[in-house]
Amino acid sequence: MNDSPTVLVHAKGLRKDYGSGDGLVRALDMVDLDVNRGEAVAVMGPSGCGKSTLLHLIGGLDRPSAGQLTVAGQRVDELSERALAYLRRDEIGFVFQTFQLMDELTAQENVELPALVAGFPPNEARARATALLEQVGLADRARHLPSMLSGGQRQRVAIARALVNDPGIVLADEPTGNLDSASAFDVLSLLADLHAKGLTLVIVTHDERIATAADRLISMRDGAFVDETRLTGGSRGDLSTFAEWEHLG
Amino acid sequence: MQQEVVLAMLAKEPSHGYELRTRLAQALGPVAEGISEAQMYVTLARLEKGGFVSRLDAPAQRSDRKVYCLTPAGQERVTDWMSDMSWPRPDLAEFHMKLIAAAAGALADPISLIDAQRRDLLRRLREVGLAVMEEEKDSDAALLLEGIVLRLQADLRWLHACEIVWTKRSTRK
Repeated sequence: MNDSPTVLVHAKGLRKDYGSGDGLVRALDMVDLDVNRGEAVAVMGPSGCGKSTLLHLIGGLDRPSAGQLTVAGQRVDELSERALAYLRRDEIGFVFQTFQLMDELTAQENVELPALVAGFPPNEARARATALLEQVGLADRARHLPSMLSGGQRQRVAIARALVNDPGIVLADEPTGNLDSASAFDVLSLLADLHAKGLTLVIVTHDERIATAADRLISMRDGAFVDETRLTGGSRGDLSTFAEWEHLG
Repeated sequence: MQQEVVLAMLAKEPSHGYELRTRLAQALGPVAEGISEAQMYVTLARLEKGGFVSRLDAPAQRSDRKVYCLTPAGQERVTDWMSDMSWPRPDLAEFHMKLIAAAAGALADPISLIDAQRRDLLRRLREVGLAVMEEEKDSDAALLLEGIVLRLQADLRWLHACEIVWTKRSTRK
């Protein structure tokens, strides 16, 4: 079941504790989660509910205290540090609230960097970065430093970077949290477009509008899932109820 | 929407029903799916009967060929409508009373009602949110859909406030 190619993330009884003794904080408690290939899952919940911790565990940035976690067919809870680093590099794309671009590198170089680290020849890394910057609508900003770009543009560079090694899954932590509403809309449109083309996504967000672009919405509280809503299958027909003749008589 | 919408569209120039329906569809995008062409003709016929529009063509024409223009009375109604400050209100009081009645009469669990309503609004938000992305940026239809998105978001925030208060009340018992 875990090796089934359709299930990209499989978590069972996932737990994460910080500190110990009286200072013990249970950030995540008995979480079960499956994410299928091509699916977009949004996670919402108040600050400190464990949603970012969950994302960090899936992304191999941190290790679970207990439970099983399989990502792209590999047991994250059992991998060596080295194998975990490879998994992060090859299978995971990260998008952060604060973009996390390298200030001294151009947009193009920021996108190329993970491909170079992954061992792609420079011309291949360049070609990938060029194609991705084109895809996120920033072909004409390739030589700009992050400081010359708007917040929305920086986040689009970060999304291109997340995609450069063709990861199995992209994990986005509040991708629009630092953006004004117009830029947030551009980033949302881009993510929705990538998802429509088959990208698997897990998005942590405060914004219902971002969350509802996903196929499934998970609500968290105190380290646990408290609700899960399937969002697909709604009817476009609902829109028409916003305009009806009310006073025909 | 009110009949005044049709009247106001005629202020630009005399038009036939089909043309008005097309302009409406352009301005409303997918929201216009709720208004049929037949409804447009019914509305125009009623406006004619009320003396707010009159026909410019031969009376025997088919209904989709009838060309209408504003009468002075119609013009006046449009002017009044333009300066009218009334604003559509979502009826929050009804849902609010549903929660209170559910709790008072032990008819249903208010939290479950809120949850169910929240899911419904989330799915609607998804549909409208995706619809905005399909429209041309800054178009009339995109602007209207954006307004619907913001309203749904406001309703979801209120439901969240309801959830917090009703959760406190249910744990206090």
